[in-house]
Formats: sequence, C-alpha cells, structure tokens
Amino acid sequence: MSTRLIYFAWVRERIGKPQEDVELPGGVETVADLLRWLKSRGEEYEHALQYPDVIRVAINQEHVEHREKISGAREIALFPPMTGG
Amino acid sequence: MSAAVVPVVRIQAGDFDVAAEIASLTRGRADIGAVVTFSGLCRDEAGRLSALELEHYPGMAEAEIARIAGEAAERWPLQGLTVIHRHGKVRPGENIVLVVAASAHRQAAFEAANFLMDYLKSRAPFWKKEHHGDGSQGGWVDAKESDDKAASRWK
Repeated sequence: MSTRLIYFAWVRERIGKPQEDVELPGGVETVADLLRWLKSRGEEYEHALQYPDVIRVAINQEHVEHREKISGAREIALFPPMTGG
Repeated sequence: MSAAVVPVVRIQAGDFDVAAEIASLTRGRADIGAVVTFSGLCRDEAGRLSALELEHYPGMAEAEIARIAGEAAERWPLQGLTVIHRHGKVRPGENIVLVVAASAHRQAAFEAANFLMDYLKSRAPFWKKEHHGDGSQGGWVDAKESDDKAASRWK
C-alpha cells in the first residue's frame, strides 16, 4: 500500500515537490523512522529535514508526535511550525 | 445546560466584512449580551513588506480550526462563534483572520476569542511568506516561541 506524503512551506520548497506517493520500506514504523528514512533519500531531503525536531507532522490531517505509529496512514504531511493567525 | 453552538468556520481567499459577520451572529436574537471580535491584519513592517502570502493545508486547515472552535464552544457558554482565515496573497492593511465570539456576558466572549487566537497561531496549518517592497525574494516567517507559550496557558 502506498502512502501519500505532502509537504508545505519551506519543507516543500527544499524537497522540490508538493507531494509524492511512496512505498514505505519495512522498519519504518513511527514518524521518527519516516523522517530518518526520508532524510537518506537525497540532498534535497537532507536539506529539508536537517533538523528533524522542528518538523511538524500530521497523519490523516491531524497533528501527531514523532513517536506516533504510522501504520494505516493514507496521508502524512510534513511542515514547519505554523505561522497563521 | 443547552447544547454547545456549532461554530462557523471558513477558509477563503477573499476578504470578509467584519460588520456583516457580527450581524449574522446576532440577527433576530435577544439573548446575546456580548460580542467580542478579533481581526488580524497584515502589517508592512515599516515599509519592508509589499505582501504576505499565506500557504495552507486544504482540508486540514478547516478541520483543525473546527476542532479548536469546537473546544472553545464546549469550554465557554457561547451563543455564536465564527472563525474566518484567509489564504493567498494579502497586502498590508488587509484582513487575515477574524474571530467573532458571542455570549450572554463579556467574560466568556473575551476568553473564547483569546483562546481561539492563541490556538490558531500554533495549531492551524498556515504558513506566511514575506514579499518585499523592493521586489526581492522574502523568506518564510519564523514561528514565535511566545505563541506556543500563549497556547499552553489554556491547558
């Protein structure tokens, strides 16, 4: 099952695309695992995810912590801290 | 206690009319004694900015603001609650966000509006990018630690 990854703001700009569908390899179980795996996919990912602690994540459009399990996620969004309002 | 109000939440590119939004909450009602509105506007930062561009996460922006507004409606006895947030390019002096909270008494309306804004700042999926007046490329606005602190005081 593929998972849709969506990127916003400078995460989107640095990775160079707004979204992509990926097959997550075995062993990628939590949000933290996902960030670590993505970071290894190339320079642009390394640049976007250089400081994984600042990256905010939403699974199926709800905020989650980095320790959250991602099994069953249809849509995972990665973005910087929000600056609305 | 009567059921909590169902908040009105709109995410839109266009402007909004503050007076019209207040009127739509209070029209035909005699039980509202207090309406608090907060509007957030785009500043030019002493002439430095020509616009802010607001990126948002369609779907989640509506859902997250509805969650926050629903929490406010459970916490305070509100008779009406409207939250509008714009996206896209907004120029200095233009509106960005509106919260209208209506209640029988002022305290609930003030507190609910304050809570809404603190949570919108730190949880609603919007990001501001600066456009400079001199045509140079601006950067993304940094999140403020003070906004996270402001939200945490409601826990």
